[in-house]
Amino acid sequence: MIPGPFELVRPGTVEDAVAALVEHGDDAKILAGGHSLLPLMKLRLAMPSVLIDIGRIPGLSYVRVEGDEVAIGAGTRHHELEKDPVAQAEVPILPYVASQVGDPQVRHRGTIGGTVAHSDPASDLPTALLALGGSVVAQGPDGRRSIPVTEFWLGFFETALEPDELVVELRVPRTGSAGWGYEKFTRRANDWPIVAAAAVEGRVALANMAGAVVRATATEEALARGASIEEAAALAAEGTSPSADMHADAEYRQHLARLLTRRALEKAAGAGAAAA
Amino acid sequence: MKVSMTVNGQQRTDEVEPRLLLAHYLREVCGLKATNIGCDTTSCGACTVVVDGLTVKSCTVLAAQADGAQVTTLEGLAGPDGELHPVQRAFREEHGLQCGFCTPGMVMAAIGVLADNPDPSDREVREGLEGNLCRCTGYHNIVRAVRTAAQAGPTAGQVPQAQEVQA
Amino acid sequence: MSILGTRVVRTEDPLFLTRGATYTDDLVDDRLTGALHATFVRSQVAHGRLLSVDASAAREAPGVVAVFTAEDCTDLAPIPAGLPMVPPAMIRPWLATDAVRFVGDIVAVVLTEERYQGEDAAELVSVDVDPLPAVVTTADSARDEVLLFPEAGTNVMAAFGEPAPEDFFVGCEVVVTQRMVNQRVAPVPLETRAAAAAWGEDGRVTIWCTNQGAQQAKGEIAGWLGLDPARVHLVTPDVGGGFGAKIGADPEYAFVAWLAQQAGRPVRWTESRSENLVGMLHGRGQDQVVTIGGRRDGTIEAYSLVVDQDCGAYPRVGIILPTLTMLMAAATYAFPKVHAQARALATNTTSIGAYRGAGRPEATAAVERSIDLFAAEIGMDPAEVRRKNLVPAFSEPHTTPSGATYDSGEYVAALDKALEAAGYAELRAEQTRRRERGDVRQLGIGLSTYVEITGADTGLGAAESAELEVHPDGTATVLTGTSPHGQGHATAWAMLASDQLGIPVEKITVLHGDTDRIPRGGGTMGSRSLQQGGAAVHQAATELIEVAKQRAAEQLEADPADLQVDLTSAGLSVRGTPGAGITFAQLAEKEPLVVQTRFEAAAPTFPFGAHVAVVEVDVESGKAELQRLVAVDDAGVIVNPLLAEGQRHGGFAQGVAQALLEEVLYDADGNPQTSTLADYPFVSATELPSFELVDMATPTPINPLGAKGIGEAGTIGSTPAVHNAVIDAVAHLGVRHVDMPTTPMRVWRAIQQAQQEGTH
Repeated sequence: MIPGPFELVRPGTVEDAVAALVEHGDDAKILAGGHSLLPLMKLRLAMPSVLIDIGRIPGLSYVRVEGDEVAIGAGTRHHELEKDPVAQAEVPILPYVASQVGDPQVRHRGTIGGTVAHSDPASDLPTALLALGGSVVAQGPDGRRSIPVTEFWLGFFETALEPDELVVELRVPRTGSAGWGYEKFTRRANDWPIVAAAAVEGRVALANMAGAVVRATATEEALARGASIEEAAALAAEGTSPSADMHADAEYRQHLARLLTRRALEKAAGAGAAAA
Repeated sequence: MKVSMTVNGQQRTDEVEPRLLLAHYLREVCGLKATNIGCDTTSCGACTVVVDGLTVKSCTVLAAQADGAQVTTLEGLAGPDGELHPVQRAFREEHGLQCGFCTPGMVMAAIGVLADNPDPSDREVREGLEGNLCRCTGYHNIVRAVRTAAQAGPTAGQVPQAQEVQA
Repeated sequence: MSILGTRVVRTEDPLFLTRGATYTDDLVDDRLTGALHATFVRSQVAHGRLLSVDASAAREAPGVVAVFTAEDCTDLAPIPAGLPMVPPAMIRPWLATDAVRFVGDIVAVVLTEERYQGEDAAELVSVDVDPLPAVVTTADSARDEVLLFPEAGTNVMAAFGEPAPEDFFVGCEVVVTQRMVNQRVAPVPLETRAAAAAWGEDGRVTIWCTNQGAQQAKGEIAGWLGLDPARVHLVTPDVGGGFGAKIGADPEYAFVAWLAQQAGRPVRWTESRSENLVGMLHGRGQDQVVTIGGRRDGTIEAYSLVVDQDCGAYPRVGIILPTLTMLMAAATYAFPKVHAQARALATNTTSIGAYRGAGRPEATAAVERSIDLFAAEIGMDPAEVRRKNLVPAFSEPHTTPSGATYDSGEYVAALDKALEAAGYAELRAEQTRRRERGDVRQLGIGLSTYVEITGADTGLGAAESAELEVHPDGTATVLTGTSPHGQGHATAWAMLASDQLGIPVEKITVLHGDTDRIPRGGGTMGSRSLQQGGAAVHQAATELIEVAKQRAAEQLEADPADLQVDLTSAGLSVRGTPGAGITFAQLAEKEPLVVQTRFEAAAPTFPFGAHVAVVEVDVESGKAELQRLVAVDDAGVIVNPLLAEGQRHGGFAQGVAQALLEEVLYDADGNPQTSTLADYPFVSATELPSFELVDMATPTPINPLGAKGIGEAGTIGSTPAVHNAVIDAVAHLGVRHVDMPTTPMRVWRAIQQAQQEGTH
């Protein structure tokens, strides 16, 4: 299958890309790696009339330390993040989770900005980013603004981005040697997770338990109260409203959320102990 | 729109529709029919080619996105004298192909696996080929072939025309 | 030393690995210059009255040459049913006329100049359907409340056998019954369906298509289009896998030929995977009820299998699959009483056809699960129950209560070899340790024994043709009626000729799949190729030697009886006269040295084996992972172990996939849920281990090669072994049965339910 026809715009700068968004409005879609968008367009589930290819804008791929944070360029591809020594040292959950996205060919093309802006509730990197905290930096006609990750993913394919804004950077706290865990449950290695749980520094995020990636707040509160991992993980599904599909009904997803949260927290505790 | 790229060492420029997929560009415009299309959803990997040193699924890349790139397909692997690439040779020796449909993509993906890890274990080969589906071989002999190819050394993880497949 | 039995690497491969094979969509042929592209418009509704199809917008779209709907095709006669038992009211129309009966039913076809324009234009065809309730399951179908074909008065396409006598299990100490699902799966050859057609000025049409038997497909297409078969030339280029789903012509192929005639231009069609997953035949699809009865000492006395076969919307091969299941119901066992009965039912889903094993895996799955259920009920090791009930070794034909006559078999030996290779006792000990420790990852050990039928008479006769010609330059050509699509016939058939003639394999070209050059052929299906097509090549070589001897006797002025084959020179030498001889190539100089022959198989053959699967199940999540698969597969004499092992590997993977992963799903309205490869869980390399193969070769007397079929055996044996292993891993938690595929959710839920029942 092939995408419907569209006009391709190839801006050379972020400013030009934003200008193109302003000009074309809802008819336009940003094309980065294309690994979320092009499959939808081939199935004709998306038919934008304009594609703005940001793949040629220089300077969007980087991982660097800035103060207490690690800044990651939106154009950073998954395989670049996976291999990046700064990311491995400063925020090791991210390179690991990047290595769990799709398959090698997908990781060679897909970008962190793309997966963040797409807002699929089953995506790996947003789950890890939500557990890390930090923010999404967006650029629009009025310049840049920073959106906390906790306010960014609003629902299925729905984010806090304005139609004329573009994700340019992700900023996450440096976690260094702090323990972390990421548990992804799939039937086949390269599937999207049926459920996934990311745990880092007492924060837990879940994939595929709602319309967007969500924090397991009841678990986090229990941990903050000093509850055991087992007790806290038992609360992971509280307040979630997972959908049912052919892989899992809501009850099983909630069971997985509890199980994977426990395992992710155990890994985080173990890894932290080992590093300390 | 115009796109220019180097395909198997040959520079070319063509007028294409913006929506033309790289896989169709290679097959229909360049006439390189080894690259196959087995799905619509970036799942099967039959269309895997190497773009600027990295394996990609050419059904999910626009020809326009590859504008300016170096592209290598199965047809670009063997030497000018017909000498097989180490991965091609190993696929034959180990009976790593049956119907042949997944093979061009599988061979290219295998080169990518070896670029990333020159001496992978069975499990690492399987994980490296997670994006390539085969219905005939049960993967058993494909895994053997990749491990056999690894014995040939670094060339097994490289494509010709001085384009190294990056890790 | 004979080349037979050696690991000859494939002659096909250098081209496949450097330029790629040439599949139908790859064809570059002058006759296809300027071809139009066909795009089928398919129903998005599973069941409904077709009120209207409005193609006016599509007809105005860029590049559109024509759009055909049912009313534009009225001069096409309905497609005759290929099978005698099909009720006439259930015959499929070319294009949906009054009703649509599955998501994927063809409602229109668009012809465009360019491929991309076809998808754009197809979107513009407006189809108005008044939905009817969809019949999705065999249970819905059997109720006959909603009929797919009201004129037929029932959804039952065919029925086979009688109910079991009431006293069938009377006297048994233990009787276990279980309803189980042998789920619908998608064959998914990596090459989707494709066809091209061009009419010549001579009034003949050349059709290229991806298919497992050119000659059968040609006959069908000619019949459907009402053409003299002499006007149809059908070519199967390289074929990217079939697995049964490319047996016989599909209506689309004939349609492409008809469209080319209507348009006066060549036409091509290559379906997308999304189209393939609804348009190509599916496999399996049986709901089964098994009942097994016997004594507490492990002796089984009676076994019954009742099958509801889901046939999908229109009758294809699926309608007769249950007859093969019934034929093989007794399997490897010496059960005194065996009962089997089946119905074939219409549903608003994709039609069911053959898929690797086709009717036999369903029989094996049913009986092997039954044995384990019985063993669990009486508390006996399932290996022991099998050993007690297997047919003892036999070399004279053995006829079963379900009516099959097996040629040769050593089932107990196969089982023992498999158990030994697997280290069965140590596996059970490790299982016990894990159970005692209460490990999260529990070990499951699953067994299966199987026997299957290969080379069965498919209605076209259990025979195959071969032509063998030696050329003056020392090369040879084999023409075969088999239809390789990955099996390596070009190599194996060359080995068979080389073995007798001494001509090196690389100098022998094997041609297939062209009805002008090879008018007769049975294709490749039912694991028939080596035992019939290979045997025909073997026979052709034998006959060619006789022709050569007659010719050489004249030239050498020798007695034909004194001539013998000299493999070193690829010719004949005169016994007792060193240096006197002549090569086959020299004998071909004056007149062609060629024979045409036909090998008639006296009977089918029955390969058998035993598999042991080892799985780990995470009892907290329910996820099962295959750790090991140990397989004894006895297919008689092996011509090329490399190829035979490849067939086994592929079969194992598909069998494992059915046990663990794959299932075609529909929602309650008949909407397919698995119509892309992102949704259909096609088994990948990461879910499989490398396999452990154990050799065993019991020759068959049925053909001179001593060979049985190997194409499907791996699939047949592996599914129940893996299925049993998953259940075995959680049996100590009280789980008795889980249907396939053993998804994490199903296994987890079975554990939950068993534990709830256990606490009450």
